[in-house]
Order: sequence, then structure tokens, then C-alpha cells
Amino acid sequence: MVASRYETAFKLYPYEKVEAQSGAPVRHPVVIVGGGPVGLALALDLGKKGTPVLVLDDHDGAGLGSKAICFAKRTLDIAHRLGAGAPMVDKGVVWNVGRVFRGEGQLFGFDLQPEDGHRNPAFINLQQPDFERFLVDAIRAAQDAGAPIEIRGRNRVTALQTHAAHVTVDVDTPDGPYQLEADYLVACDGARSGLRDMMGLSFDGRVFEDNFLIADVRMKADFPTERWFWFEPPFKGAGQSALLHKQPDDIWRIDFQLGWDIDRAKELDKENIRARVDAMLSSQTGTVPEYELVWTSIYTFQCRRMKSFRHGPVFFAGDSAHQVSPFGARGANSGVQDAENLAWKLDLVLKGIADHQLLDTYAPEREFGADENILNSSRATDFMTPKSKISKAFRNAVLDLAGKHAFARPFVNSGRLSVPCVYDDFPLFSTDALEGPAMTRPGAPCVDAPVDDGYLLDHLRGFTVLAIGGNKPQPVTAHGIETRVVHISAPSALLAQRYLGGQDAGVYLIRPDQHVVGRWREFDAQTVQDALTTSIAKD
Amino acid sequence: MTVNLEPNIPDPDGFYDELLQAHATLSDEESDAFNARLILTLANHIGDRGVLRAAIEAAK
Ligand SMILES: Cc1cc2nc3c(=O)[nH]c(=O)nc-3n(C[C@H](O)[C@H](O)[C@H](O)COP(=O)(O)OP(=O)(O)OC[C@H]3O[C@@H](n4cnc5c(N)ncnc54)[C@H](O)[C@@H]3O)c2cc1C
Repeated sequence: MVASRYETAFKLYPYEKVEAQSGAPVRHPVVIVGGGPVGLALALDLGKKGTPVLVLDDHDGAGLGSKAICFAKRTLDIAHRLGAGAPMVDKGVVWNVGRVFRGEGQLFGFDLQPEDGHRNPAFINLQQPDFERFLVDAIRAAQDAGAPIEIRGRNRVTALQTHAAHVTVDVDTPDGPYQLEADYLVACDGARSGLRDMMGLSFDGRVFEDNFLIADVRMKADFPTERWFWFEPPFKGAGQSALLHKQPDDIWRIDFQLGWDIDRAKELDKENIRARVDAMLSSQTGTVPEYELVWTSIYTFQCRRMKSFRHGPVFFAGDSAHQVSPFGARGANSGVQDAENLAWKLDLVLKGIADHQLLDTYAPEREFGADENILNSSRATDFMTPKSKISKAFRNAVLDLAGKHAFARPFVNSGRLSVPCVYDDFPLFSTDALEGPAMTRPGAPCVDAPVDDGYLLDHLRGFTVLAIGGNKPQPVTAHGIETRVVHISAPSALLAQRYLGGQDAGVYLIRPDQHVVGRWREFDAQTVQDALTTSIAKD
Repeated sequence: MTVNLEPNIPDPDGFYDELLQAHATLSDEESDAFNARLILTLANHIGDRGVLRAAIEAAK
């Protein structure tokens, strides 16, 4: 039996009995446990590369309720590469104007003018179940085109045994248990990871002593598409901060920061919630628009991570490996980056192109990313919930000054938007021989830029040699990898600005997750070949 | 860049007096708040992270 632990918003992969449930355990190259945003992105990436992958999820679709709503540009770039980006951006809400209030008054407003020359906006608001649904749609399309991806719904992993080079997994289903084997297993089973517990691994960090009441409300009224954030909101019982944010389908996300000592049942009482929401929605206009409560819940947040994201043949990715407070929207966004980091490495190793050492680089790269996210989200939390008298004095000083002087506004921290980390000084990357702009240095994810027929990122697939200006390079081959060559002889101004800086020409080697391996002033086949060898952890 | 730890303010007594004057009518809590605002304002004027770091060290 597989009892349901939560309601689903969409049924995406209903249970179907498969032959493998009877008979001897079948061995799979990659088994992913968990069909959340991270497991689905990983499955899609691997499958599109032709590496067979099996996803096991203990439900049959995307969980209902208030989870991620803010998806950042890097995530959308990745989703676009995977063929799932367009519907996300179509449905997602793009907002630019934000207001920061304190008490009754507005401290300041801001307008995040979108930067030119990117396919995707800096972020969109989209409900997590829709994000997952669009990934599953892309998986179905990829399957139709022959991608070896299988999703088994209502298949719950109940035990696992790790061996030197494979894993044995016990799975429960509505038709009873069965066993399977995997060369590699990726635990994408979320913050409460059962696999982590089954392996006796710890998950340490800070719990923030705070409760957040989250209400999603449907409101047909004309209300501006802006992000409103209150410090010390003036509405009765609203707590220390409050946030109002638009989602698609006329839904608004409202967060109230309630503090630590609360009576959960009382706070979740519909009348209490409505009283707060009424006060917030009418605060600027004096009238309460018509709305309906769609979903309400109370969360506490923590910042913690596993010591190591890899244990032999088992990898941890997404919330199972690291958890952050939601300020800055770094949970799903960073998890999707874990998936993309692991996908090409597993693919090359399983195809026998790279040695297993390449897989050793997943954990340190993504642990570094997780630390950066935890740092950012802890800083935001410390600003929103000052922990001492003096930190409160500084926080309030910032707010006092921000109303009057522009200089203090950048200190105001209600979450910094998720941006991907740069793998500075990691062993797979080369030194910067171009001395070009910092944003595209070795280790950085490629930033988008306009090219003749669209956008640069569309051209970066697999290992790519990107030559800007100069002559067209020859493809480079090493260890059975043949690089793509993209030559842009007359770059757009934005491309030159982002990739050349003051230089006339440049040559980049870019790996399959679109991070820059190395860059040079001119093409030298041997140099690029050496960099390629290093980038797959060969000597 | 390092932080200037040599005398740099003309009329030090005058400045010191002005600083205390600014606190004269404040409660302890208001003084703490004022100091925090003043530090942030001065820090922004300096801007240079190296100088700010050196100043934090020098003041310890
Ligand atoms: C209120 C709130 C707001 C948030 N806002 C944002 C935001 O704006 N932006 C952002 O990026 N992130 C946000 N997050 C975080 C985001 O929701 C998570 O980071 C994200 O869901 C993690 O994805 P995942 O795939 O790692 O895990 P999950 O989404 O938790 O998926 C895990 C999956 O594994 C399945 N599973 C678990 N155990 C088993 C098992 N034993 N066998 C089989 N299947 C199993 C589960 O059923 C589930 O489907 C928010 C979170 C909350 C709570």
C-alpha cells in the first residue's frame, strides 16, 4: 500500500502496474527517487541526452498547496534548453514594480527595468505545481521523440542497500512491494528525505525561530501587479513583516511573519486569516476587494545542508541535500542547478566517455552553491528578524534612512533574488586567459545575449567552442567528445559587452551545463583540447 | 587602501562637542538608534570595503 501523504494539484503520472514488479530485480543505469522539480528536471536532461532513467515518486502528480512561486532567469534558461521554458514564461507573471512599506507609510518604491538582450526575464511568478506540470509535458514530448525516460507514480522507496557499485532498492506500490537495482541512484526526495534517514545521514543547520502564515487568495479585482513588502505591518496581528505577490490565475500570495510563540490552530482559523488579509488588501485603497481563500498553511524555515551530497553510488540533489528559507527563492531554483550539474556528468560517465572521477566533482561544486544560498538566505532572515538589540538597532536605522536617502535602500533585505554561483577556482576550469568581463569568467554560467537569429544560449549545447570575432575555429575532439563550434564574426553590442569587454576577439569553451570552462584571446586547438580534457576530470 | 589612523579632523574639540550635542536630548535607546544611522551614513560615504574592514578592525 502507498498511503497518500498530501493532495495533488494535477495527476501527472498515474500508477500503472509494470512487468518489472514481478520477477528478478531489474538493473537500471540511473534511478531518481522523487518527481518534484529537481527529479523531473534531472530525468528530462538525462533522457534527452539518451541516457535511460527511471523516476519513482510516491504520489501521482504535483503536490497541492503553497510552495515555490518565484522562478529565476537561470532556471528558465535551463528549462528552455530542456524544451519546457516557453509555457512557463507564457503563463508566469512578470513584475517590475515593488514597494517597501513600514508601518502605515511607504519607504520607497522601485522599478526593476528588465535588462535588454535576454530571452528570459529576471524571474517569473508561477505556482510550483504548474512548473512541475510543464516539466512533465516536456518529458512526455521527449518520450514521444524516443527519450528513454520512465516515471512510475505511487512507487514509494521504503529501503535501500548500497553496494560498491550499485544500489538495491525496495519499492512499495498499490500492488505490493518489489525490488530493483541501480548503478546510480539520485535522491530528489525533498527536505524530509527518507533516503537520507535510511542511510543514517545527518542534516544540520539553523532553524529560524519564526512561523510564516501563507495564504493564497483568488481575487478578480483590479489590483496592481506589484510586489508589496511591509516591515512592521500596521494591520492587527499581522506580525513582523508581510508580503503580497501576484501569481497567475488571479491568485495572490500573502505571507505574514508571525513570530515564534503562536497558537497554530488559532492562527489558521479562517476568520483570523480573513481579518488580516482584509486589513492588508484595503490598506492602500480603504476598501476590501472581493476575494476567496484558496490555500492557507503555516511554515517554519530552516537553513541546513548535508555534509556531503554524494555517498558512493547515491547522490542527493535539491531539498534533500540542502534547505534554505524562502527569502530569495533559492530552493527550487538551486535544486534545478544541482540537476543540471549532475545530468551531463552522469551521462558522460555512463556512456564511458568520462571516468568516474568526473562524478566526484558534483558534490563540491554544488555544496559550494548551497553554501552561497544558505549565506544569502540567512542574511535576509537576520535582516527581517533581528536576533539581538543591536542588530535590531541597525535594521531599524536602515529602514529609517531608506525612507529619506537612496543610499540606505540597497541594505534593505527581504531576500535577494536567486542567482547561480560561479565555480571560481574549481579544478575543472581553466584560468582566464582572455581577461574579459567578470560576469563570463571561467566557472560562470553563460549569460544570454542577442545573436543574429535569436539568443546566444540556444546555440550552446553539449561542449561548445564559441568564437567571437576572429576566425572560425576547427572543432576540437578529445576522448570521443567532438565540440560544437559557434562562430559569431560580427557580435552584437551586448554580446561584445558581455563576452569581450575591451578585447577585439575571444574564444570560449563551454560545458554542457553552459558554464564557461576557459577563455582565450585566440583559438589554439591544443589549448582548447587540454581544457576539454581537464573539464571532464581526465589527466 | 588602509584607514587613516592619524589625526585628520580640524578642530577635534569642536567635532567632539557636536557629536555629543547630537545625543544631548536622546534616551539611551534613541542614542543607539542615532549611532547606528550615523555609522551607516559615514560608511556609505567611505564606500571602500577595504577601508571599512580596516576601520572595523581598528575600532575593536
Ligand atoms: C512556502 C514556500 C515557498 C517557497 N518559495 C520558493 C520560491 O519562490 N522559489 C524557489 O525556488 N523555491 C521555493 N520554495 C522551495 C521549493 O518548494 C523547494 O525547494 C522544492 O520543492 C524542492 O524540490 P525537490 O524536487 O528537491 O523536492 P520536492 O518538491 O519536495 O519533491 C520531492 C518528491 O519526492 C517524493 N518522495 C519523497 N519521498 C519519497 C519516497 N520514499 N519514494 C518516492 N518518492 C518520494 C515526494 O512525494 C515529492 O514528489 C518554497 C518552499 C515553501 C515551503
